[in-house]
Amino acid sequence: MSALARLLDPSRTVSLRRRLVWQFLVLAALLVVGLFVTVGWIADRASRASQDAVLGAAVTAIAEGIRSVDEGLELDLPYATFSMLGAMGEERIFYVLTVGGRMLTGYEDLPQPARQPDGLQPVFWNADYRGADLRLAAVTRQMLVDNRSEEVVVSLGQTRLGQAAIARDTARSAAWAALAFLVLTLPVALLAAQAVLSPIRSLADVVGRRGPRDLRPVRHHTPKELAPLLRALNGLIARLRASLELAETFIFEAAHRIRTPLSLVRTEAELALSETTDPATRTRLRRMVRAIGESSRSANQILDHAMVLYRTDQFAAASLDLAALARAVIRAVRPLADMRDIRMVESGTDIPCPIEGDERMLEIALRNILDNAVKYAAPDGLIEIELTRSGDEVVLAVLDDGRGLTDDPVALAGRFRRGGNVGDTGGSGLGLTIVTEVASAHRGRFKLFNRPTGGTCALLHLPLA
Amino acid sequence: MRLAALTLGLIIATAPANALEIEAEQFFGPPGGAEIAVLSTTDIDAIAPVMQDFASEHPDRRVRYLQASSTEIYAAIRDEGGRFDLVISSAMDLQMKLANDGLALAASPEADMLPSWARWRDMLWGIALEPVVTLASRQALGDLPLPQTRRDLIALLRENPDRFRGRVASYDPQVSGVGYFLVAQDDQVSDGFWRLAEVMGRLEARLFCCSGTMIEELRAGRIAVAYNVVASYAARFRPDDPDLVQLAFEDYTFAILRSALVPVTAPNPQGGTLLLSHLLSDAAQRQFAASAGVALVPGTGPEPSPHLRPIRLDAGLLVYHDRLRRAGLLAEWQGAMIQP
Repeated sequence: MSALARLLDPSRTVSLRRRLVWQFLVLAALLVVGLFVTVGWIADRASRASQDAVLGAAVTAIAEGIRSVDEGLELDLPYATFSMLGAMGEERIFYVLTVGGRMLTGYEDLPQPARQPDGLQPVFWNADYRGADLRLAAVTRQMLVDNRSEEVVVSLGQTRLGQAAIARDTARSAAWAALAFLVLTLPVALLAAQAVLSPIRSLADVVGRRGPRDLRPVRHHTPKELAPLLRALNGLIARLRASLELAETFIFEAAHRIRTPLSLVRTEAELALSETTDPATRTRLRRMVRAIGESSRSANQILDHAMVLYRTDQFAAASLDLAALARAVIRAVRPLADMRDIRMVESGTDIPCPIEGDERMLEIALRNILDNAVKYAAPDGLIEIELTRSGDEVVLAVLDDGRGLTDDPVALAGRFRRGGNVGDTGGSGLGLTIVTEVASAHRGRFKLFNRPTGGTCALLHLPLA
Repeated sequence: MRLAALTLGLIIATAPANALEIEAEQFFGPPGGAEIAVLSTTDIDAIAPVMQDFASEHPDRRVRYLQASSTEIYAAIRDEGGRFDLVISSAMDLQMKLANDGLALAASPEADMLPSWARWRDMLWGIALEPVVTLASRQALGDLPLPQTRRDLIALLRENPDRFRGRVASYDPQVSGVGYFLVAQDDQVSDGFWRLAEVMGRLEARLFCCSGTMIEELRAGRIAVAYNVVASYAARFRPDDPDLVQLAFEDYTFAILRSALVPVTAPNPQGGTLLLSHLLSDAAQRQFAASAGVALVPGTGPEPSPHLRPIRLDAGLLVYHDRLRRAGLLAEWQGAMIQP
């Protein structure tokens, strides 16, 4: 009941369902009123017509009972006629009989007909008499009275309370029937409103289920009426996608253009460093080389990130061996580790691991994970790389014995976010973002957490082919 | 013409009380109670117990009961604007005409058990059935067999003219409203009635205004047979008068419906309705049924016998008051009574 009351409360925020139900209710109420009025009118007309027929027959029957006799006129007022006339609703009855304009019997002051009735058809009229609304009928007969032909007029009137009551009852019954019908159809209306609105809900579900970077046009079967909405939505997606592509292309282009001059500047700075002996200048140049190195790594990562975004959009999976890819990346990173006297131990990489994926993206992701491990591992530390298969997925675990994490790993996955304990270690803050995006593009996931023994554990889950 | 009507109206307005001929008057209840004025055809003696009951149930009311003939009552309400709260009459046609002509108020007494034929709209309420019977003196009939039908009665009167000459009685329809109404009913129901009227006319029938007088004459031995007597009047004498024989004819026996209405001119319509409710109550209905020998409200007394014909409250009753019809009927009655 309270749910219904809430549904019917017009002051609440606009709901199509409620609006539909309201419109249905208003329409139905109008129908009920309309039916009441129409049926009342029809019933009134019908009962008036039948009353007129009875009244006409009664006045004719009375006129038939008039007989000329020697002393004048004889009238045998028929009991049955009056009885029948009064039967419908116990009406009040009045009559008058006039001969040549003189009243002979009955109610002298009964209203006279508007026009003179002829001998064949009774005339009918309405009048107000003794505080009652009367329906009257009159007929004439030519009769011989005292050897003179006189016009005898019989008028008969009755109240219309019974007739009006019948019409009223009929209309009321119709209204009740309509009301009952309305009550019965209300649940149907609720269901209908739900059915009408369900395509909107299913469209909302389809759009809501999409991944954050899924900017493909929505291909969903909708009713004709929702086609404009879908068109508008796809138009919006297309514009959004175009502007994103534009921004990404711009970033890619910008990073690319910065990288080349940066390496030139770095070479020049290193040359300058080797050619000078002034300790102050050397210190400055060393800082310069270091800063340039940071910048070019950032530019590289921005390029990598742009590449990942681009390839996610154009995702084209191919069969590849994750183990081989991991071996290749480890090989590429090993010199860096050796520079810092860090040992790298790998296991499980000798068993082939077929997956469906984009090799370039995966390579970027693996390199970022390993780069991170090398960057944050303790000097003379150990990095363990384990490739395991469990069920229908493959897990790449990279464990280091470094300083671990002080921040929420989920927050670290955001763009340009760096941990609070990175110290002077260089980085752009894009590495984990790239890894996370690659993992989700492959319907896998990436997790980063502290090891109980100290250090960090990075887990990349990918589905097996 | 208009001046004459106006003058007449003035006369009526100034002297309404003079016009009504009261037969008897009695008060029920303590003086000072709110007065309920009742105008009725019923004998005070017959209705006194019911009125006493009402007075004891409603000590704050006082009933002023006036008894008059049905035509007087009709004229008092119709033409003289009599100020009464309840009008009771056995002349159904006159009561019906009063209600039809808009002189009755709509009332709502407690009358759940009243049959629908015993009321007309919410204006006219039947309060008692009054079978109309023929009374005979056993002594006057001698060893003659008791007639069971009107045909038997006609034969009896025809075969013994000397015994019944001047000793047959009936209502005078010219004077009595009930008498006219009964003649009209007889006329409508049976063709044999006019043969009976002719036989009675030939025997120089005596005509009376009221049932009571006929019964007195019968008990005094001055008449032998009284045709169309309201049974409730005879009921008061019959148990202790073995000579009085009541004949309910098997061809048909009418039962008049004594009816009540609250006039539009009632000064205290609420009191009238209250009294009407009492008259329709179970206790009052039992008393009426006991004196009439038949119950109006089922379960309050004896069931009606199969040949009893209660007359319905119905718009058809209006035809009896028609001037032409009345004139024709009375002329025919006169023709039957006075024979060349």
